[in-house]
Amino acid sequence: MTETTSASSAPASSGGHEGNLITFDGVGKRFGDNVVLDNLSFGVRPGERVTLIGPSGSGKTTILRMLMTLTRPDSGTIQVGDDYLYHEERTGNLVPASEQHIRRVRRRITMVFQHFNLFPNMRVLRNVTEAPVHVLGLSKEEAEQRARELLDMVGLGEKLTAYPTQLSGGQQQRVAIARALAMRPDVLLLDEVTSALDPELAAGVLDVLRDIARTSDVTMLCVTHAMRFARDISHRVLMFDSGRIIEDAPPGEMFDAPRHERTRGFLQSVINET
Amino acid sequence: MNFDWRAAWDSVPRLLDGMLVALQATVLGYLIALVLGLVFALLRRSQQPWVRMPVAVVVEFIRSTPLLVQLFFLFFVLPTIGIEFSPLATGAIGLGVHYATYTSEVYRAGIDGVPPGQWEAATALNLSRRRTWTAVILPQAVPRVVPALANYVIAMFKDTPQLTAITVLEGLSVARSLGAETFRYLEPFTLVGIMYLTMALVMAWLARIVERRFGRVRAV
Ligand SMILES: Nc1ncnc2c1ncn2[C@@H]1O[C@H](COP(=O)(O)OP(=O)(O)OP(=O)(O)O)[C@@H](O)[C@H]1O
Ligand SMILES: [Mg+2]
Repeated sequence: MTETTSASSAPASSGGHEGNLITFDGVGKRFGDNVVLDNLSFGVRPGERVTLIGPSGSGKTTILRMLMTLTRPDSGTIQVGDDYLYHEERTGNLVPASEQHIRRVRRRITMVFQHFNLFPNMRVLRNVTEAPVHVLGLSKEEAEQRARELLDMVGLGEKLTAYPTQLSGGQQQRVAIARALAMRPDVLLLDEVTSALDPELAAGVLDVLRDIARTSDVTMLCVTHAMRFARDISHRVLMFDSGRIIEDAPPGEMFDAPRHERTRGFLQSVINET
Repeated sequence: MNFDWRAAWDSVPRLLDGMLVALQATVLGYLIALVLGLVFALLRRSQQPWVRMPVAVVVEFIRSTPLLVQLFFLFFVLPTIGIEFSPLATGAIGLGVHYATYTSEVYRAGIDGVPPGQWEAATALNLSRRRTWTAVILPQAVPRVVPALANYVIAMFKDTPQLTAITVLEGLSVARSLGAETFRYLEPFTLVGIMYLTMALVMAWLARIVERRFGRVRAV
């Protein structure tokens, strides 16, 4: 499980919209006077694993939250496959999307959070079966069968009847990963999923994610300060600064030969901090 | 004036009947307050201003006017438009609606107390709004508010003597008629006070049991 993943089989890097699974086009976001994202455009290919790095406040979380529809962009469009996330095409025009449209497009995406956000009122097994039963329409038996397999995979096959509060942070995060995968997402968003954990516990979670990267073709968008992990699993790393992508390169290049001065400075500061 | 034990003893059966009526009004009124308060709380969170605003106005209005005014309104005005209930049912509805404005605040605080991350996880799993409420938010909000809700049972019970004003024969009005019949007020009023106290204590004890059973919060 600790074996590192080769990123050499990276899908071709994205050019235009054609063939992208995720497309940001001219996306802008501000909170009051604070311009967080300014005319941001980038694409992610199906099966690609992309890591977002950059200093605090550079907008990484905001990007993931927009994809999860937890934060609305002010301008621009976001596409998932051919569908617009916040818009519908009606008689050739883009109009704001209905709640049903957003739900339908959002189905392909799910997210794992920094603070796990497990449902404390449900046991572990039901945390993982709740959405498959009530969103995907699986039978209870089928959902439980799958949940058991996933929980086995993350090493928590013995904890099915525990409540989240009875688990360590690392265990909770592994349940959260199983819960996300139970939705069979096309896109998995990971926002600093180990930064609330002690290093030993974080290592266990990262191992699980490496395993998933190696064995599945789920598209991953990942914000992390675990640079070793980012190097191992990513096909591409995007360096953000002040809401813009200042460098976009495979991990080897990004970490060993960053072109941008600010990237060098940032990577230096991250290394010093760990 | 000395305490007449004989007269006191004789008045016990009728007083108990009155207390039973008070208890019925409390139970029925409390059920109404529990359900209607939740409805108010949910409507006040509606995304539609034309749902949210009128409910807010009605709730504030009811909360800011005396229970007695509302009881009179229900008792005297509703029959004139053809809606008629027994005095006891009218009283229970009055108590229930009045206390629903308090319980709605309690529910609201409980709902606000559920961390935003729970809503976000529900969105990330694409749960429907309805499912988010019933499976995630309310099961976490309700245990937080059980103690506060339980305290309102006792408050409501202590407000039942106001139903006297709309001819409900609850404990206090029975005590008063006993006094008027025998010209002895000490015994019935003392007894009825003791009965209120005893029942309030029993309710407080039951409330603690309910709290221990259902008020467990599993926060992460
Ligand atoms: N709900 C909000 N209201 C106001 N400002 C916000 C909100 N959410 C984010 N911001 C601001 O937007 C900017 C970008 O935040 P974001 O969380 O995307 O940064 P980040 O790159 O994820 O940073 P970090 O590495 O610290 O997590 C920050 O300046 C932040 O203060
Ligand atoms: Mg962040």
